[in-house]
Amino acid sequence: MFETHFFTGIVDHPIDLDGLDQKLSNPDVGSQGWFYGVTRRTTSGKKTVSLSYQSHRAMADRHLRRLAEQAAEQFKLAGVVIVHRLGDVPVGEASVVVGCSSAHRSETFAALQWIMDTLKRDVPIWKREHFEDGATVWVHPEPVQAQQADSYAENQNTKERHL
Amino acid sequence: MKTELANRRVLLFAIARDLVGADEVFVSVGLEPSAGEILLQLGEEFPELRVLLPTCRLAVDCEYVSSETLIKDTESELALIPPVSGG
Repeated sequence: MFETHFFTGIVDHPIDLDGLDQKLSNPDVGSQGWFYGVTRRTTSGKKTVSLSYQSHRAMADRHLRRLAEQAAEQFKLAGVVIVHRLGDVPVGEASVVVGCSSAHRSETFAALQWIMDTLKRDVPIWKREHFEDGATVWVHPEPVQAQQADSYAENQNTKERHL
Repeated sequence: MKTELANRRVLLFAIARDLVGADEVFVSVGLEPSAGEILLQLGEEFPELRVLLPTCRLAVDCEYVSSETLIKDTESELALIPPVSGG
């Protein structure tokens, strides 16, 4: 059994893809896979200039690390890299890079999907889209955390009854 | 009976920060409030957040908590977490 190598972090500058490649290098495993999340030029027909990212940094750092550790355990990974960039990310540049290595490819593919799905649900990072026409919008792809919304509504009802 | 109140600081991010125009706010709550009470009080004191609050989670010391969780430590960091959109 191999010892898993982790590298996670949040950066304020372009992500050094070549440097990260070294972090996953391991002659004892047969599969290495990378995912780059990149700023796209068009959204719903509008032209995007850049995305700018903000985070609760300490919390995001902690959750990225935990995500890597959970993925390593769940998918038997030899190495996990997760790096997210903050600030302005121009079109074509990477905002997030995830790398996984494992003995065989199926674990690598599954882990990349799981890490990105979980990151987009739970890690406290937000993106704001800046369009060519000067408009900006915070992107909130997932509508409502149903359970939390119910709790808030319940509290509100309780309070109203007490008034 | 008089209820003792304390001002608790709550960090704001992203759209919540823009709606209020500040990166942190203070809400007046009991000494051991639940997370749900913090969310409720945010809506009371900052009506501009009301539309957003049903979609938000509260984090205490960098961990998500359920609305029933009691916040016992007065030094704990509270953060309002709108729906995230990393990646």
